[in-house]
Amino acid sequence: MISSTSHAFDEHEVLHKLKHYLPAQAPLKDFIHHNTLHAFQYLKFDKAIFSASAILGYKVSLTLAEYREHFRTGRIKEPVLDRIITQKKGRDNLQEWKDKLLTANYQRPSPRIGMLRSNWKKLHQVDLDSLVHPLLFRILCSYLDQGIAIWNFPVWNKGFLTAIRDLEKTSYTSFFRTPRAKELLLKGHCSVQQLLRILVGFNEHLYGQYIFDQQFAHQGWSGMVATVEANPETLLDHRKISLHDLIAFELLLEIDALDYHFGESWLPLEQALPTQPEELFAEVVVTELDEVTMLWQEAFEWSYYDEVLAGIQHQSPNGIVKKKSFQALFCIDDRECSLRRYLESEDTNCETFGTPGFFGVEFYFQPDHGKFYTKLCPAPVTPKYLIKEIGIRRKHKTDAHFLKNTHSLFGGWLIAQTIGFWSAFKLFLNIFKPSMGPATATSLHHMDKQSRLTIENKHPEHTEKGLQVGFTIDEMVVRVEGLLKSIGLIKDFAPLVYVVGHGSSSVNNPHYAAYDCGACSGRAGSVNSRVICFMANHPVVRKRLAEKGIVIPEHTQFIGALHDTTRDEIVYFDEDTLTVSNKELHRYNEGTFLNALHLNAKERSRRFESIDTNSDAGEIHEQIKIRSVSLFEPRPELNHATNALCIIGRRELSKHLFLDRRAFLNSFDYRVDPEGNYLFNIIKAAAPVCGGINLEYFFSRTDNQKLGAGTKLPHNVMGLFGVANGIDGDLRPGLPSQMIEVHDPVRLLMIVEHFPEVVLKTIQRLPETYEWFINEWVKLVVIHPETKMLYTFRGGLFERYTTLHEAVNPIADMEQLIETSHDNLPVYELQR
Amino acid sequence: MTQTLELFILIPFQGFVLSLFIPAQREGLISKIVFGTVGIHLAGFQVFLVYWLLHGYPTLNLKEFVLFKSLDYEFLIDFYFDKITATYLFVGSVLTFMVTIYSRYYLHRETGYKRFFNTILFFYLGYNIIIFSGNIETLFIGWEVLGISSFLLIAFYRDRYLPVKNAVKVFSIYRIGDVGLLLAMWMSHHLFHENITFLKLNNYELVHNHLQAHSWVGVFISLMLLIAAAAKSAQLPFSTWLPRAMEGPTPSSAIFYGSLSVHMGVFLLLRTFPFWEHQLSIRILIGLMGLFTSILATGMARVQSSVKSQVAYSSIAQIGLIFIEVAAGFHYLALFHFAGNAFLRTYQLLVSPSVVSYQIREQFYNFIPRQHTIEDSLPKRIEFTIYMLCLKEWNLDAMMYNYLWNPIKWVGKKLGYLNTTRVLLFFIPVFVVGVVLLMNKEFVPATVQPYLPVTFSIIGVAMVLKSFTERLHARMSWILVLLNHFWVALSISFNAHFDYTHTVLYLSGIAVFGLIGYFALRRLKNLEGSIDMNRFHGHVYKHPKIALVFLISCLAVSGFPITPTFIGEDLIFSHIYEDQVILAFLTALSFIVDGLAIIRIYARVFLGPHSKSVYEMGYRSS
Repeated sequence: MISSTSHAFDEHEVLHKLKHYLPAQAPLKDFIHHNTLHAFQYLKFDKAIFSASAILGYKVSLTLAEYREHFRTGRIKEPVLDRIITQKKGRDNLQEWKDKLLTANYQRPSPRIGMLRSNWKKLHQVDLDSLVHPLLFRILCSYLDQGIAIWNFPVWNKGFLTAIRDLEKTSYTSFFRTPRAKELLLKGHCSVQQLLRILVGFNEHLYGQYIFDQQFAHQGWSGMVATVEANPETLLDHRKISLHDLIAFELLLEIDALDYHFGESWLPLEQALPTQPEELFAEVVVTELDEVTMLWQEAFEWSYYDEVLAGIQHQSPNGIVKKKSFQALFCIDDRECSLRRYLESEDTNCETFGTPGFFGVEFYFQPDHGKFYTKLCPAPVTPKYLIKEIGIRRKHKTDAHFLKNTHSLFGGWLIAQTIGFWSAFKLFLNIFKPSMGPATATSLHHMDKQSRLTIENKHPEHTEKGLQVGFTIDEMVVRVEGLLKSIGLIKDFAPLVYVVGHGSSSVNNPHYAAYDCGACSGRAGSVNSRVICFMANHPVVRKRLAEKGIVIPEHTQFIGALHDTTRDEIVYFDEDTLTVSNKELHRYNEGTFLNALHLNAKERSRRFESIDTNSDAGEIHEQIKIRSVSLFEPRPELNHATNALCIIGRRELSKHLFLDRRAFLNSFDYRVDPEGNYLFNIIKAAAPVCGGINLEYFFSRTDNQKLGAGTKLPHNVMGLFGVANGIDGDLRPGLPSQMIEVHDPVRLLMIVEHFPEVVLKTIQRLPETYEWFINEWVKLVVIHPETKMLYTFRGGLFERYTTLHEAVNPIADMEQLIETSHDNLPVYELQR
Repeated sequence: MTQTLELFILIPFQGFVLSLFIPAQREGLISKIVFGTVGIHLAGFQVFLVYWLLHGYPTLNLKEFVLFKSLDYEFLIDFYFDKITATYLFVGSVLTFMVTIYSRYYLHRETGYKRFFNTILFFYLGYNIIIFSGNIETLFIGWEVLGISSFLLIAFYRDRYLPVKNAVKVFSIYRIGDVGLLLAMWMSHHLFHENITFLKLNNYELVHNHLQAHSWVGVFISLMLLIAAAAKSAQLPFSTWLPRAMEGPTPSSAIFYGSLSVHMGVFLLLRTFPFWEHQLSIRILIGLMGLFTSILATGMARVQSSVKSQVAYSSIAQIGLIFIEVAAGFHYLALFHFAGNAFLRTYQLLVSPSVVSYQIREQFYNFIPRQHTIEDSLPKRIEFTIYMLCLKEWNLDAMMYNYLWNPIKWVGKKLGYLNTTRVLLFFIPVFVVGVVLLMNKEFVPATVQPYLPVTFSIIGVAMVLKSFTERLHARMSWILVLLNHFWVALSISFNAHFDYTHTVLYLSGIAVFGLIGYFALRRLKNLEGSIDMNRFHGHVYKHPKIALVFLISCLAVSGFPITPTFIGEDLIFSHIYEDQVILAFLTALSFIVDGLAIIRIYARVFLGPHSKSVYEMGYRSS
């Protein structure tokens, strides 16, 4: 084994692979939903999740007991289950497999990750993790810290390893307990390869696996380091850190720990290894347990899908609006689904649309007095434009409890005896009369309602830091046309067209960014709604649009707004630009919106234990608002929990259905887009955005310990970029249990209204998009716009699908339904 | 007025007992009982407070009842009320009341909702016993309750590794404090020849007369009290436990480790002030301890990059200042400072999750790339050194390991050759011989007699050290813990002439609950197979009932005030004479390690990630 001629270890390749597999969550302020198992996305869904499970030890589905319970309560339907088993295993084996599903017991073998490195404990009785982790995490957190510590890491402008070397060189003390590791660092003999040779030995085949084992013992920290390395701007106060530096330093600490434990005379790990551990990424063999689990999962999913599809297929013709009172554009977000339903029932002449909440305008935003730019468009897009907020003199209120002075000796002495007593009073107020304060994170502060925005660019050379300030007329026309055509709104404009972005308000919530608009990179959509309205109201833009066949009547005005999804409040922007007659209409519509918001609040409240859903809608709404500013409320809203559908088509497809806030709704009219060009753009964005949200909820729900953040109650904020349990734990990416506990882990079902052959061509245009469907990370069903037949996408082809449900149950009294049930509700047909 | 004092103990006690019997699913009922208990307590106190103030705020003392009495020994429960109690009760009841309401919503749907509120009430009971206590014995009861409830709250998330590890760590520091208190009790008993009440300590003449003859005894008692106070209030060198205690839900961390629990050391000093008031060296020592703590803790607070540890260290620094204030005799200032610090840190911890959105927004609008801190003006080498030391917490945590636990473990490992059979084959006959000799003391040569207690005591310590380091069998570890007590009893029986009832009293709880605990472990072994002590097994996940039975056995065996053993422990000490420092030390050591070994068995067997459900558990560092 001593021969080192073969170079089996390619550091660059191993690190590259490692970065791919580590959690990719950005710092808290930039929280963006994504597929947690993105590294496995090149595989088919079932193969992928069971590989992730066998290799990395994740729990990727419900337990058999949970599925069986769902079967017993009828949430998994027997005909659906029979159909799935028959499809996959053949009619002859139906009974055999059904027995396995219902009664067999299985044991999952131990995962591969950690097997190699665990030999330190098994063979040598030394617990490296407990010797290394606490110090490593503390140093790492101090180096990355964004503003919690008062005395910051003294060497901050150099790379991580260099910074530590500087500290070690110029100090009377050391992070290391023994001399050798320090010497290796100072003399620069600390390439990953050299250190691994000391620790593991000459067998380079083990190196890659050792690094994986080591880094996956704290995947949260490693993932954060990899993310910051790839995207340094994500920390406002930049840091030059790399995964390589982290690994090298950790290897040094391990050598140090072993030297401390054994003296310098210990043998590398390979020496005592009884057998070669299994190759980490060797092919994973699908077990019977995996097959059984997947059958259950599909049956669980199709039990729900089938209901939805039956409902969609039986549209009622009375969905079409003749004379339009107003139109309103919302984000596709599943939280807007119920508000639109209430608007339509409050005012049957209004019309609502759904489109990604950045409304087709992509730019960076600089608030007045802001020192940085904020990206307001989907995360993968890199905008070339800058919108600036001007003309406000807003003062941010401060809260003495966050002052650094409270942590100094004499400052603390003074403050404890003065403000200390004020704290007791504040706590009292916060418990008995919660109200908005400086600690609240609210979307209303994202942009000041009274401010002006620099939207129009008059000189293309007007740029700042390489970004063009505002949009030119041409650029505006393209964006407005794109937006209107993609949602199929090209004629019959109502006098008022509302464009409603969304955001949220919460307090004591480090995950606040996850509650805002995903299409705006985890910010509120208020600026985008104002910007697109400005464009659509611009006379020159309108003239040019008319030339392109989109005639917006002169009396029609677009008006921007922001929906706070936590508080169920709407603020409108630039109301003073409305004409007199529109102002009057607007005043009337405001009442409609308010009623709809009350009812929406009531519907949401059925999930909240602390609110009595039987009360009057207006009263409930007040309590919902209080809830959003209560320190002690870990669930200000439930965010995307229970999301399961993405419907791309005309509103008539789903207008008659009660979908229980589970659907992303993207408006689209196949008649406007026979070639599928706009559809292509919609799907290109919807698959990763909605699919990403869905899968993050999916995996945070199935394994809240390793893929989610666990319960948020003990969370401790680390360096302003992450949360951990206690003071020396790993960072916890993913969603906390309070966000996912009511979520049913089902994959997103995308339903598209167009001709199957057009959809097939459309999804195949871009391999990245196609991957979502062909590997079944998102399920796809097409509804034929003329025949209303359903086609499901399987193995690259569309197959006819007949629903097992004849139709869905009608419901007349929605209110009663809402008042009596806490759980996820089936699909109902609304009787209007 | 005096008679009402006992109500303030009874109310939380009844609430606690009641809360135990509510089914875990009844969230609403549980929270109502807790809310009611703490609410009534708070309201009752407010009324009492007004009444008391109107009557010229007298100092009250209530001789409640005598738990045990023999010729030269009396175990007395005594309650006391003065300005210090009033302040502590005011802060404690207000904070507990608000935090229970807070937690009603905050903990909604959390597994362990009931457990959380049971523990809160238990804690509150302990808190009240301490602040109302009229003598050290009564105070000690509350002290123990506080220790256990802290352990349970830190290990609230008992199926994760770190909370359990840290809970054991904190418990072991508390244990040191407990023994400080135990030794202080022992010596003061010899000093005053009675269970001295705090009321009598105010009698300058009495204290002065006793101390004059035995000045080193006074110093010894004061030192032991100081150790107990320093451990509980996270002063040097014990400071590092406090940030590590922040493992439970945020409100529990806020109220206990941010405010109430951590100020108990200050309370002990205030309460015993009349005793050491005239010992200048002790006052200087307390002042210096406070000074060093506040300086070092401020440094550590400045480098913390996680919000809870930052609050923890700044709280320690303030408590250091309070120690100085107490030592200097500024008691009103100290009380005022305590109240303000408690409120401030509680609130800071409660709003700590908001720090992200708040600071990020501040930074977004007011970012200044790099602020010059005061330390930057130091020479680089000094600056870096201090920074690194602060980050490493001045190696305090490592020091605890190296000087305290490692020697214990080292000795334990030297006893590695012992196994169950050898223990039984060798030590049982020796024990029997010991007992026979005890029955027939006249046959033992007079020259040998004085050495026997120490010899048996050493064997007892060896037992418990072996138990503490046992790696293979949980049951073996348990048996060794039990045997230790028998050796202690034997050793003390040789030391003094006393009634056998004392020994029976001492061993009764241990024997009964030792057996119960043994059967609990045996049942578990039958169900789950062999249980080693090398790792956490987390069996509470599947066997919560066995875990509960075993926990109660653990408490009983470790001298928790639920069996006569509790009094027995104190009694045993009263039979060690004041000049037998070695014997007292050995007995104390065996009690410390005994408690640790017991909690270690409980933690390793029942807590931590369930070893048989790998896929449903948090990973090691989570």
